[in-house]
Amino acid sequence: MTGAIALRARISAAHIFTRLGWLGWVSIATAALVLAPIVAVVSNVFQSSETTWSHLVSTVLPDYIWNTLLLVLLVAAGVAFFGVLSAWLVTAYSFPGQRLLEWALVLPLAMPAYVMAYAYTDWLQAAGPVQTALREITGLRVREYWFPEIRSLPGAAAMLSFALYPYVYLLSRTAFLDQSRTTMEAARLAGYGSWGRFWHVALPLARTAIVAGTALALMETLADFGTVSYFAVNTFTTGIYRAWLSLGDPVAAGQLATCLLVFVLVMLFVERLHRGRALYAGKRTPMPPQSLRGWRALAACAFCATPVVFGFLLPAGILLALAANEPEARLGPRVYSLVTNTFTLAGVAAVAAVLVALLLAYAARSVKSPVVEGANRLAVLGYALPGAVLAVGILLPLGKIDNAIATWMHTQFGVKTGLLLTGSMTGLIYAYLVRFLAVGFQTVEAGLSRVTTSMDDAARSLGLSPARTLARVHVPIMSGSIATAALLVFVDVMKELPATFAMRPFNFDTLAVEAYNLAKDERIAEAAIPSLVMIGIALLPLILLLRQIACSRLNK
Amino acid sequence: MQLTPRSDLCLRAILSGLFLGTFLIGEALAQDKVLNLYTARHYSTDEAFYTGYTKATGIKINRIEGGEDALFERIKAEGANGPADVFLTVDVARLWRAEQAGIFAPLKSASLSKRIPAHYRDAEGHWFGFSSRARVVAYDKNKIKPDELARYEDLANSKWKGEICTRPSSHPYNLSLISSMIIHLGEEKAAGWARGVAANLARPPRGGDTDQLRAVDVGECAIAISNHYYYVRIMRSDKPEDRSLVEKVKLVWPNQGDRGTHVNISGGGMLQNAPNRDAAVKFLEYLASDTAQTYFANGNNEWPTVPGVKLANPQLESFGKFKTDSIPLAELGKTQAAAQRIADQVGWK
Repeated sequence: MTGAIALRARISAAHIFTRLGWLGWVSIATAALVLAPIVAVVSNVFQSSETTWSHLVSTVLPDYIWNTLLLVLLVAAGVAFFGVLSAWLVTAYSFPGQRLLEWALVLPLAMPAYVMAYAYTDWLQAAGPVQTALREITGLRVREYWFPEIRSLPGAAAMLSFALYPYVYLLSRTAFLDQSRTTMEAARLAGYGSWGRFWHVALPLARTAIVAGTALALMETLADFGTVSYFAVNTFTTGIYRAWLSLGDPVAAGQLATCLLVFVLVMLFVERLHRGRALYAGKRTPMPPQSLRGWRALAACAFCATPVVFGFLLPAGILLALAANEPEARLGPRVYSLVTNTFTLAGVAAVAAVLVALLLAYAARSVKSPVVEGANRLAVLGYALPGAVLAVGILLPLGKIDNAIATWMHTQFGVKTGLLLTGSMTGLIYAYLVRFLAVGFQTVEAGLSRVTTSMDDAARSLGLSPARTLARVHVPIMSGSIATAALLVFVDVMKELPATFAMRPFNFDTLAVEAYNLAKDERIAEAAIPSLVMIGIALLPLILLLRQIACSRLNK
Repeated sequence: MQLTPRSDLCLRAILSGLFLGTFLIGEALAQDKVLNLYTARHYSTDEAFYTGYTKATGIKINRIEGGEDALFERIKAEGANGPADVFLTVDVARLWRAEQAGIFAPLKSASLSKRIPAHYRDAEGHWFGFSSRARVVAYDKNKIKPDELARYEDLANSKWKGEICTRPSSHPYNLSLISSMIIHLGEEKAAGWARGVAANLARPPRGGDTDQLRAVDVGECAIAISNHYYYVRIMRSDKPEDRSLVEKVKLVWPNQGDRGTHVNISGGGMLQNAPNRDAAVKFLEYLASDTAQTYFANGNNEWPTVPGVKLANPQLESFGKFKTDSIPLAELGKTQAAAQRIADQVGWK
């Protein structure tokens, strides 16, 4: 009996692997490459470090877990609220300022959450301009009045929501634009008002995109250390750093990071379940925007302007004021190399991430094997790991391989190569790939889900190979998603800190590094200048994205 | 559906971009006449100070400025073939941890041991301190008399309930202060002290030391714990709000009557696997020279560790001489984990 079961298991296992084909294998190999650093972190689970654990559990960990859950909930609510509603308003209605807001809503992507945190703290703290003015007007003194504390959990949730809602906005906007006119007309005929059409038709149809965008925002929230540590909000990530740095126990830190990953895996699994097997397809006839007037138009405009003001205009203005007030803060000629370095890294990483994302998403779609599917789910986990933890996870295996190569070259050929990968651009791009593949993958996958399987079948029956189906059918249809994915990765890499910090080559600084070096030394005003340049540069790809957004509307 | 040649072309362009990208391997580092430096310091005087070394020795400096802990992990991962020659960092606990991990090479240099006092360097020459910073107490002169805060122990006095501002306990500067309390008072009394301080906090710990000084200025609290150079930086500013802060907020150098004020260092050492050992030794000796000491310390308004070096920093000189806690600094590294455990137990966030 057991023999039969074992045999059947072996047959089905063999079946799974023979079905993979070259595409399946390539995608599994790629996923394994991206997974290696995560495995390096998780492998700490097999070592023991009981004292640190019992110390953390009995003192601070429960607090950290509670804070993390609360932060995740608040950010989820925040990004979904602003992202989905603003996307719906700018796609389904026309109102004064709608054209402008449609692209301006993306702007906060250029603003790193930690820079936003510096700006708001400086502005809103007791010694800052707002409270000083308040005291001058009212004559009250500090501690005689109540003022919301920005450096708090709700404050951190607000920063992260304003910085991250554009993910939800972009994905759900595309989804709303894709919804067919006929569906909406049918809903109208069925007696649904405009709210009903949104709640009962548009929202469920855009669910995949909304959940994907929210998942991205939440993974980034869990990985965030810059904002929460600046606000002294102790989250699970704080616990990882505390175990690693203060308590000097990297094993316990790795184990805590593994717990975080398990949490994310569960979250992603729930997302999968939620998505189910639904396949959405419809004729993409444009939905004519309904024109709003009077107070409705004003309300729509005000609502969409809110996240733009708080997520971009206000913090950028605060930074400008800070920079103007600091006559000695100058970047000098260094700025050219900083800009070039930033551009190079972000550009190469964006292209690499999109190609790998396409490969993985397409393999999962055409091979339809649980192995490929599982590998993909794991490959995006890097996004939820705190950057510094991930950097260590990458440095360890990379250093081992590199040293092995160097030793081999030395003994075989007598050539001293030194380390080829660690501390090279290649190593750094690899780190970005591990970290940001999720951004590319989620976006590309959301795009791919809009290509119907019947299109695949048609292409294949016309004799196109899977690769050519990808190049000639999917890529043209998905060009919007591909561009979005590339630009999102580009902007994310520009803002990335910990991995760049730990892994960059000699004499190779980026704008984010420069800004952080100044900020960590409590020279916020001086940090404002590289931050502003960084925001300025991030605007360039965003303008490309916006053009693409404008085109996507025209084409329909 | 129209299949355009454009999309094909686009795909090809992307592919060739990636191909080029993967071969952008970091520039090969020449083997002679360079020094590869990993440093956690980043100040405006650095350029002058690095140029000085290159001028004096003809050795070019390649450097990576980064986070203390990230660079440490990188050195460990790079192992035997790593390119770094010298690692400079701040906080003695980090130097101690690096020494424990075996990344520093012991260095016997007559000039270094002659110039740098023994308690500012490792006995075997693994690391050397090149500048020192004091952990001082700032107070609002309208509310408090300095003799009420003559000792760190006074911070735990319950009459300061709701009056103290400080950054989180996990920051190395606070950990090293708690460590010094453990060394002097023993774990039990140090825990009692930390509990007292935690109970006196005006607000949950957040921000950096500058934020605490500003909080005293606006009246959120009356007392702040800070490193001295954040205050000096404000002293050197011409902005009206900074001028008025300096007028109102003053500093105490604690424990002048007994063991002396707690100090920490920034420093570094030559790495075990340094490929350019000569350059590394020259660099460390250069750091202890009079000119370099002035630049290095002045960059962050710190004190040079080499005695008798001119400060060229009137604000710093205005503090005069003071008594420093003379426990061997390496001891602070050993007690760091205990310090964090105590802070967690007493609820000093």
